[in-house]
Amino acid sequence: MAVDTDDDPKLASYAHPERLVTTGWLAERLDDPGIVVVESDEDVLLYDTGHIPGAVKVDWHTDLNDRTTRDYVDGAGFAELMSDKGIGRDTTVVIYGDRNNWWAAYALWVFSLFGHPDVRLVDGGRAKWVAEGREMTTEIPSPERTEYPVVERDDSRIRAFKDQVLAHLGQPMIDVRSPGEYTGELLHMPDYPQEGAVRGGHIPGAANVPWAKAAADDGTFRARDELEELYLKGAGLDAGDEVVAYCRIGERSSHTWFVLTHLLGFGNVRNYDGSWTEWGNSVRVPIATGAEPGSA
Amino acid sequence: MSAPTTLPPRLAELADDFESVSKNDRLQLLLELSRELPDLPEHLVDARDSMEQVHECQSPLFLAVEVGEDQRVHLFFDAPPEAPTTRGFASILHAGLDGEPAPVVLGTPDDFYVRLGLAEAVSPLRLRGMAAMLARIKRNVREQTGEG
Repeated sequence: MAVDTDDDPKLASYAHPERLVTTGWLAERLDDPGIVVVESDEDVLLYDTGHIPGAVKVDWHTDLNDRTTRDYVDGAGFAELMSDKGIGRDTTVVIYGDRNNWWAAYALWVFSLFGHPDVRLVDGGRAKWVAEGREMTTEIPSPERTEYPVVERDDSRIRAFKDQVLAHLGQPMIDVRSPGEYTGELLHMPDYPQEGAVRGGHIPGAANVPWAKAAADDGTFRARDELEELYLKGAGLDAGDEVVAYCRIGERSSHTWFVLTHLLGFGNVRNYDGSWTEWGNSVRVPIATGAEPGSA
Repeated sequence: MSAPTTLPPRLAELADDFESVSKNDRLQLLLELSRELPDLPEHLVDARDSMEQVHECQSPLFLAVEVGEDQRVHLFFDAPPEAPTTRGFASILHAGLDGEPAPVVLGTPDDFYVRLGLAEAVSPLRLRGMAAMLARIKRNVREQTGEG
């Protein structure tokens, strides 16, 4: 049976309210067999210190990445992971995590590459659940294994590769890193290990809207009008635009991809997961430095 | 600088502990260590501004290094409970190096963390934070002892 949508009024103002749930909605449905709660964190041990009862852990680094190639797991790998976590193709997957749902949004984006039909984020993530004093446990569930079908990953709709970004130069692009990374100055710290890119700066023409600006102090997404102020007025984007978002390795930009796609209703946003660690190391690609977007 | 290949004794012991268990148990060991990271002593609690932030760690981590008159190195770390992995890394360095003489700390191989076998369980990207902590500890020790 289909799991209902959270009809919270704040969520209802977003373009796709069915992609978000509130902590209160989730708390009442922890025993719903149609739902599997997934925790996805930056910190690989945080889940083990305590998590929402019944939640399983999906780690971006160790579960969603291919072990050898810089890529995500393939259809068979994803099916195995889902089956192991007790997730079926018709399961409602509800994801939450630390740091304003940074990695949870990344996990949701990867689930979307495989077209998992019903996958949602918990507005406010782990921090809000904890702040509200809701139940936590260290008990690791042993879900009954499912038979998740092998579905090939579709990289054509919401993922961008370097050559496609080159072809996209001059069209709307958004760099969601910190201002220091955007201008290029963060690669100039002497004696410190660097972020793994030999050049600093940004892709010419990209507007800089640090990803966390989309989050309020309590970790929830900002209200729709605030988001419109930020991305439509501030960054000059339009919901009809084809937009490419990037950061360092594609994690923070997944969060912005979620905001643009599901909260503001953009129809064509792609996440460039190669991001700066690919662009900033590539020979002869154009780079702009300083606070201005620059032109291609 | 020569490249020493042996670890200081307590760090070597820890590395053996990690090496001898399975991937999942390594995470549990790291979790236990994260709980054992000592709180900041009083003289630093009110002086967090004087501590150095390890930017390479994904979560906020602050570090202070003090070299005593006896040339022994004392390490202090501050990381929030929501960052157990970072706390675990700091705890490894604390348990392995705190109280060692400066030359021993400076002689710790930069790639010591490879021996912990955590790359598979934690991911190589996350391990960079631990390498950065050691690099910063060494730089602080060099600055305070004039060695280098």
